[in-house]
Amino acid sequence: MASPRADAPSKIILSASDLHRVVDRIAHQILEKTSGATGTVLLGIPTRGVPLARRLAARIHAFEGIDVPVGSLDITLYRDDLRLHATRALGKTELPGGGIDGRRVVLVDDVLFSGRTVRAALDALNDEGRPSSVQLAVLVDRGHRQLPIRADYVGKNIPTALSESVRVSLTESDGLDEVKLTGGEEK
Amino acid sequence: MIKHLRSAADLDAPTATLILDTAGEMAALAGREVKKLPTLRGRTVVNLFYEDSTRTRISFEAAAKRLSADVINFSAKGSSVSKGESLKDTALTLQAMGADAVVIRHPASGAPHRLAQWVDGSVVNAGDGTHEHPTQALLDAYTMRSRLGRLDGLKVAIVGDVLHSRVARSNVLLLTTLGAQVTLVGPPTLIPLNVAAALSPKTKVSYDLDSVLPDMDVVMMLRVQTERMQDSYFPSAREYSRRYGLDLARMRKLPEHAIVMHPGPMNRGMEITPEVADSSRSTIVEQVANGVSARMAVLYLLLGGKA
Amino acid sequence: MTSYLLRGVSVLGAEPTDLLIRDGVIASGPATGADIIDAAGLVALPGLVDLHTHLREPGREDAETVETGSRAAALGGYTAVFAMANTSPVADTAGVVEQVWRLGREAGLVDVQPIGAVTVGLAGKQLAELGAMATSAAGVRIFSDDGHCVADPRLMRRALEYVKAFDGIIAQHAEEPRLTEGAQMHEGEVSTRLGLTGWPAVAEEAIIARDVLLAEHVGSRLHICHVSTAGSVEVLRQAKARGVRVTAEVTPHHLLLTDELAASYDPVYKVNPPLRTAKDVHALREALVEGVIDIVATDHAPHAVEDKECEWAYARPGMVGLETALPVVLSVLGERWDLIAERMSRTPARIAGLTGHGTDLAVGDPANLTLVDPSARRVVDPSELASRSRNTPYAGTTLPGRIVATFLRGEPTVLDGKAVK
Repeated sequence: MASPRADAPSKIILSASDLHRVVDRIAHQILEKTSGATGTVLLGIPTRGVPLARRLAARIHAFEGIDVPVGSLDITLYRDDLRLHATRALGKTELPGGGIDGRRVVLVDDVLFSGRTVRAALDALNDEGRPSSVQLAVLVDRGHRQLPIRADYVGKNIPTALSESVRVSLTESDGLDEVKLTGGEEK
Repeated sequence: MIKHLRSAADLDAPTATLILDTAGEMAALAGREVKKLPTLRGRTVVNLFYEDSTRTRISFEAAAKRLSADVINFSAKGSSVSKGESLKDTALTLQAMGADAVVIRHPASGAPHRLAQWVDGSVVNAGDGTHEHPTQALLDAYTMRSRLGRLDGLKVAIVGDVLHSRVARSNVLLLTTLGAQVTLVGPPTLIPLNVAAALSPKTKVSYDLDSVLPDMDVVMMLRVQTERMQDSYFPSAREYSRRYGLDLARMRKLPEHAIVMHPGPMNRGMEITPEVADSSRSTIVEQVANGVSARMAVLYLLLGGKA
Repeated sequence: MTSYLLRGVSVLGAEPTDLLIRDGVIASGPATGADIIDAAGLVALPGLVDLHTHLREPGREDAETVETGSRAAALGGYTAVFAMANTSPVADTAGVVEQVWRLGREAGLVDVQPIGAVTVGLAGKQLAELGAMATSAAGVRIFSDDGHCVADPRLMRRALEYVKAFDGIIAQHAEEPRLTEGAQMHEGEVSTRLGLTGWPAVAEEAIIARDVLLAEHVGSRLHICHVSTAGSVEVLRQAKARGVRVTAEVTPHHLLLTDELAASYDPVYKVNPPLRTAKDVHALREALVEGVIDIVATDHAPHAVEDKECEWAYARPGMVGLETALPVVLSVLGERWDLIAERMSRTPARIAGLTGHGTDLAVGDPANLTLVDPSARRVVDPSELASRSRNTPYAGTTLPGRIVATFLRGEPTVLDGKAVK
């Protein structure tokens, strides 16, 4: 992935309030599509998918008073591009009590791009157990899929150039809520 | 990331901590039904064993296989090694086979250092002579950290034949790097004269096990070979176990939370009594399980990225 | 016989002069018909004499032969070398020492003087036929089991006494064998860290202490090979102060290198006695200047590649040293030419009773000499060594001084830094 230069122009795609609205909407959509989130588990993909999954659960609780189990699913050991980068530190995999067998798993990630992360997540999930179904929620879909994968819940579709980069910031990990698009000048 | 793991001294505190954290994740994955991970698919790990050590070999083999690496076991028996092929020629053979990592166990100290000069892949020391056994130290540190919650400030006694122990050397180096305070205990004949200066100035030495125990969080008993008797390192097995063996009476001198470790294989009745080895304070079985996780972590961190 | 005029040469660092070599000796008078060698900037030293060389022949001709070792010696500025007895078969009979001596004559590059074994097969059990070796054509005067210590005190006493009959001398490899079983390197912090079995300094010092007392008791001469520790220096200092007839040698590598080098586990640094600490190196340098240690000897120990390209514990101990000895000593002592001549030529010749070597290069003296360019610096390249073996610990090291020419009885063995034959 091309990393943008420090002086590259950047544009705010989602402000903090936009981001909050988008999370609220996805929470509503999940409730709608899963008949009130029964038998549903939210699994965030580290790093930023995990706080997003927690926020979704919190919003669902606020709207309906339902506690949706939340966990994390690290996909590093399932990546297909390990040899292209220096060794990565592992994230945490923490499945909620009761596991995932027979339940509906909603994978949560910040950005959907090539689809390779989700492919790895599906493999990882397969080794963890046998969910009844798997859905995908992302904050941003920036296109450029390399695999036949689509999201069930999308916060915002952002058309991008390959040379651009989408930066998601969350208070939990980055101190502020914001989504930025940077770069795009590459010849 | 480091390329080889030849000595615990190859690891600085952040790297060692990263390995222990990774081992923790690996251990969590070991609890599920599907234990295999696709991570090292297509990579080749050679277990090059010049000494019989079934437990260490199996541990490395399990670690590599759980990460889906191809494992080739190359043992000194029944191979060209026993016909006198030199380590260098063997290294060139492994090189030609495209080994991404060579795990070597060897009776000569420093053999992994030599091997690393002759192969392009990573070299992991699985025990060399009386030098080091760094993955044992990693699994020991991992065991201590998971039992006691920390390593920094931990007081650890390593008891027995420090002079001939590769486990002791690696543990002193790694534990000191991670902030633990190590006391070496044994008869003066089995503690190297200048051990603190050689390994870490913070290392303490004591010849009196009883006086050390009440202050310890961990006591690690080393295997003592009875052959040392013939070399007059100590007069008799009986006298050794009376002075330096860990029995129930001595175990009671430890603080309530303290754990008892042993790298195995044990000489029950010599350095440790069966009641102690099988007690709830003993982590001996845990150490074996943690060995696979620690070695998975090492293999992942050495091989799981761009070569 | 060609005559040579060394023009503008500095004899032992003195003002430049011309030195005429005619009929194998240093001559005076007109240099008519002499080949002129421009020796401006070069220093003439008496040909170096090495009391401790392993030439490996007979037995390990793959590692070195008398001829290749002689060539290495000449290139190092030597005109005489003493060949240690640990060949195969062992040089413990008149037959073997005469064979080595004859091979040396045939090579004709340096005077090769065989050293005879003290005990049969170096086994330390029974005296070899020391008298027969002494009266053989080789005229052996130095006896040594080098590689092994004559550990039995009674046998050592007998050997010291017996060689008095023909003015022989016992050169002891001081190593108490029980204290060095399985030993791999100097016992100290580094050996503890590396997990290599230690060779304690006391194993050398205890034998030297015992042997100077034995030599004193029986009134014999004793020579100590390759002294390596500060403690040994103290023992020797006291013995010499008491008038014991003991001499001692130090190797170039013990004057320069320390045990820290073992950390690479590269056996090119494995040697017996082992490399010691910086403190020992310091004490050895002082002792050499002071004269407590009498001479520098190379302990040139060539080994085949397979004996070094292996695990440390399986490697054979030893380093080649003939071609780098003078540069190492120069780097340690500096350009103290008279001291260098004393430690590397005159005194070794005197200890061995070797005539015609280690002279002052006065008119009439045999023309055994070497020319050194002290301003040259050389990066040691193992592949350029004339020795058949490559086990130099100085690969890649820059050392001062270059041997430009060596003459043996007036005939050049080395010219322009190259062996003549």
